[in-house]
Amino acid sequence: MAVSLSLTVNGKPVTASVEARTLLVDFLREHLNLTGTHVGCDTAQCGACTVHLDGKAVKACNLLALQAQGSKVVTIEGVSPADGTLHPMQAAFREHHGLQCGFCTPGMVMSAIDFVGVNAVPTETQVREALDGNLCRCTGYHNIVQSVIAGAKAMRGTP
Amino acid sequence: MYTFTYHKASSLADAATKLGAAADGKLLAGGQTLIAAMKLRLAAPSDLVDLGAIAELRGIKVDGGNLVIGAMTTHAAVAASADVRGKIPALAHLAEGIGDRMVRNVGTLGGSVANNDPAADYPAALVGLGATVITQKRRIAADDFFRGMYETALEAGEIITGVSFPIPKRAGYVKFPNPASRYAIVGVFVSEGSTGVRVAVTGAGPSVFRVPSMEKALSASFSAEALKSVAVDASALNGDMHASAEYRAHLVSVIARRAVEQALGR
Ligand SMILES: Cc1cc2nc3c(=O)[nH]c(=O)nc-3n(C[C@H](O)[C@H](O)[C@H](O)COP(=O)(O)OP(=O)(O)OC[C@H]3O[C@@H](n4cnc5c(N)ncnc54)[C@H](O)[C@@H]3O)c2cc1C
Ligand code: FES
Ligand code: FES
Repeated sequence: MAVSLSLTVNGKPVTASVEARTLLVDFLREHLNLTGTHVGCDTAQCGACTVHLDGKAVKACNLLALQAQGSKVVTIEGVSPADGTLHPMQAAFREHHGLQCGFCTPGMVMSAIDFVGVNAVPTETQVREALDGNLCRCTGYHNIVQSVIAGAKAMRGTP
Repeated sequence: MYTFTYHKASSLADAATKLGAAADGKLLAGGQTLIAAMKLRLAAPSDLVDLGAIAELRGIKVDGGNLVIGAMTTHAAVAASADVRGKIPALAHLAEGIGDRMVRNVGTLGGSVANNDPAADYPAALVGLGATVITQKRRIAADDFFRGMYETALEAGEIITGVSFPIPKRAGYVKFPNPASRYAIVGVFVSEGSTGVRVAVTGAGPSVFRVPSMEKALSASFSAEALKSVAVDASALNGDMHASAEYRAHLVSVIARRAVEQALGR
């Protein structure tokens, strides 16, 4: 059964007709071609599909697209300014070698931005706890944690 | 996932009507358990009634000696609430330890309680505090609500609207989490309040349970020391690839002592 869905994605209003069982992640990737949001596990374990729903980090593989009806969704494509420069958190990941294959990175960055929004000056332990729902198979996490701490600093605007 | 008919409920009454009219309908709260089960085809409801837009099911308020939390309140909202942190810090701590940030941003109190996963955290708080589950039809004491593995006292068409938690003198919750899922291998909630001492254990058995021998020992002396000589019988406990029943029995003792220490602010 097709249902009408209206929401805002990366600042733009979107209206579509979707099957009720369409997952939010499939809607973003298959309908809107926003393939920066990844599917790592499809079982709510890995966090590669993390996006912001009304400002909060959520796993898009574990929600129906219809649960985002009327909401504001931001994906990794929506965090950087229109001029093509990187968001400070993305820049920090590049600077601090916070990725290897990069598959987990969109989810890591989306989680980190959400977390730094509530804790602007996080400790290393707090960053590790906050990224509990994001798995990385490459880096061993150390550089990711350093990236988030540096990204938080850049987001505060302190040098 | 098999297909289904989707309904967005505009009010509690609307949700009850829509659920009642469906052939094999289910309520959708955060979906953190239900969507996963539907993807695996473990659940295949004919209809989903989404509670997400019902404002009256969300929120936290202090009502005399109780903290009343709406069914659709997320784990993250409970963890961050100044009222919960002030009145029952152990409950805020429990909510903060559920799954991960993304799960806590979506998963709800009502969904967790209705699901009654044997390793879920909230059942320990409800039984450990002597809380009351409120539905659109009646009030159910937590002791009578959790019936067995994934089984509750809820009847067909019954909707949890909230949970009322009596504010205790002191309480503590400690879990030994499964390192992958963060669900409890063993979790123990202890409290001392106007109705006495309660000790509730999750993760160890088919469903949350109280430990009368520990409650008795703590009533005599509310200290970790008092639990030293209280052994827990392993025969009715879960054994699986994560932990044997004997290991879980041992953990209940250790974790209960830690929960008492936490309640005492140590
Ligand atoms: C990766 C991951 C890790 C997790 N870790 C933990 C953990 O460490 N500890 C823990 O306790 N939980 C954990 N959970 C489960 C999580 O807490 C879920 O949010 C919760 O169990 C279900 O809540 P929900 O709002 O998502 O409910 P849903 O999935 O929407 O619903 C669950 C069930 O409850 C029914 N229901 C929902 N609301 C109501 C209502 N108001 N009245 C009657 N019935 C209702 C639904 O019909 C369904 O059968 C985890 C989940 C995931 C995905
Ligand atoms: S793809 Fe969603 S959590 Fe792994
Ligand atoms: S960089 Fe490869 S999974 Fe994280």
